Amino acid sequence: MSATQGPAIEVVDVSKRFRLYREKPTSLKQRLLSGRTRSDDLWALREVSFDVPSGESLALIGHNGSGKSTLLKVIAGILRPSGGLVRQRGRIAALLELGAGFHHDLTGKENVYLNASFLGLSRRDTDRVYDDIVRFAELEDFMDMAVKFYSSGMLVRLGFSVAVHVDPEILLIDEVLAVGDEAFQARCLDRVRTFQKEGRTIVLVTHALDQVRQLCDRAVMLDHGVVHAIGDPDDVVRAMRLTILAHDLEFAHEEGSKEVEILGGVLLRDDTPLDGPLHPGEILTLQVDLKANEPVEDPIVSFALHDAANNFVFGGDTVGAGVALGRVDGKRRLRFDLGPVPFTGGKYWVTIGVHARDNQRVYHLQDQRYSFEVQREEGRRDQMYMGVDVEVEEL
Amino acid sequence: MRRIRELWLYREIILNLVRKELKVKYTASVLGAVWSLLNPVVFLAVFTFVAKVLTAPIEVYPVFLLAGLLGWNLFSVSLTAGSQSVLGNANIVKKVYFPREILPLATVGVALVDFFLQSVVFLAVIVVSGYLFVAEVVWLYPLAFVALLILSVAVTLWVSAVNVRYRDLQHLVALGLLVWFWMTPIVYAGGQVEQRLRDLTVAGVSLWHVYLLNPLVWVVFGFQKALYHSSDAQQVLPSFSAGELALALGVVIVAGVVLILLTWRVFFTMSGDFAEEL
Repeated sequence: MSATQGPAIEVVDVSKRFRLYREKPTSLKQRLLSGRTRSDDLWALREVSFDVPSGESLALIGHNGSGKSTLLKVIAGILRPSGGLVRQRGRIAALLELGAGFHHDLTGKENVYLNASFLGLSRRDTDRVYDDIVRFAELEDFMDMAVKFYSSGMLVRLGFSVAVHVDPEILLIDEVLAVGDEAFQARCLDRVRTFQKEGRTIVLVTHALDQVRQLCDRAVMLDHGVVHAIGDPDDVVRAMRLTILAHDLEFAHEEGSKEVEILGGVLLRDDTPLDGPLHPGEILTLQVDLKANEPVEDPIVSFALHDAANNFVFGGDTVGAGVALGRVDGKRRLRFDLGPVPFTGGKYWVTIGVHARDNQRVYHLQDQRYSFEVQREEGRRDQMYMGVDVEVEEL
Repeated sequence: MRRIRELWLYREIILNLVRKELKVKYTASVLGAVWSLLNPVVFLAVFTFVAKVLTAPIEVYPVFLLAGLLGWNLFSVSLTAGSQSVLGNANIVKKVYFPREILPLATVGVALVDFFLQSVVFLAVIVVSGYLFVAEVVWLYPLAFVALLILSVAVTLWVSAVNVRYRDLQHLVALGLLVWFWMTPIVYAGGQVEQRLRDLTVAGVSLWHVYLLNPLVWVVFGFQKALYHSSDAQQVLPSFSAGELALALGVVIVAGVVLILLTWRVFFTMSGDFAEEL
């Protein structure tokens, strides 16, 4: 496990293509009738390359659907890449789902042996660590009971305990640290730190950006299957945060340093707050109230709209509208006149943010806090709404 | 070769899976492993009756039937359970890496355990009842067994992989096994088939030769030749000598190994997509 061994994991030009079948034909008849033409390709990963040196802890971050979990599965060997290759040195244990492969009719003890063998441990090796596994999971009195009588917490504890005791050189973790009660989580983190001290390699997929900074030496941010940023965790986490304005329900909360605070946003129709769905073509206004807790030079207020599938559909800001707020102290009310609603149906979520001119500092961000609905007109199939005026004149 | 080495590294899983399957199969059932024996007993009862009613009797029918039936069970159970082996372990396949071949191989392993259990018990009963085996031909038994095992592995590998993508293969397997069963001289005498088909030709091809294209026919002939030697053996068994059968079984084994290499390749190619197709 010395540094001279070279990288523990090499990811070389890895691409992964998923076939999306529109009606998921899984029977022969369906497949024969539909042929292969009805599939769409989705590139979950595109030519991703990086090395993980032996002993390093690397975080994979990204929005939902960015490909980070797919990449972890490719590294684990569960999915075979469509292009490129992954080289691993040493035994890998993947914690993708704790207790995967537990069989409900078997006892805890039998499941430990079965699970350990899936993680590559021989029976004799398992004999050696069996007592430690049981002790770590705190299940001494339950090992001869079928696991179908276990609580979910017990299952999780047993699963994690087996996984960390198989003595892997490379540990792949997919958000499993977010399970179990707090005491157990703390012990899991402890265990991960011990692993780091022992010089083992760790690849961690997580949404908890704090964990990235606390635990990892380096981070990779994926966006739509491509490496968007790689390097120091602080830098990568910031790159992640900067794209938040236009992305992702997962971070549906507030953040910011609060020099300027958003007091609230209201969606208006004819100067009154919305009380029901809009109709295509109606005039929509977004009103934002701000309060500066200390004087700030020329902040930028921006907004973004996402549809139900969390696609970014439209965004704007004060700069784009040619408005400078100047020095802000006290309260301000802004109104973004959005004009006739071009949507023809569906629900939309509104993100509001206030940030500094140089884009480096987020004062306050309310991620997808507000929403409005547009009513689909009965019997119409329009993709979007355009105002139509008709003029008739005699020739 | 590398696949085989990797498989060896993970051999522990196969044993554990077989153990698990057996445990799950037989716990929470009152009769336990007796079920494994009950299947041939019921078959024996039914076919003894059918044979009495329909065809010329075979002198020691239990020995004749069980010689072929136990082997057939190994094959059909492997295929039936094998077609579900990857699907049924979806939660493991999606979460853990291991050579996926292990899953169908473990189902063959389970069938193998049943086969040995049945064989030991029934052969013992037969011997105790006073039916003695003849040493000069018993060596055909392991040969037929090896051929059977290789065929079972080859076909099970294929079925288990293809069934992930085309789920209706499992229905086809059930139907196919039914046809295959009756195309194999298990409940009826191969010697009779030889007599009746030898002179029947379609487009100049002897139907008997067509019948012999089924590799399981040779496996069953092998088992029967090894075990059955009552006074009517001349009529009940086909006219092949032990040497000829051994040669044919050798051919089946070689062909079976080639088939394994082919189906293994198919399995490996398809296994890269298992985690997403499940």
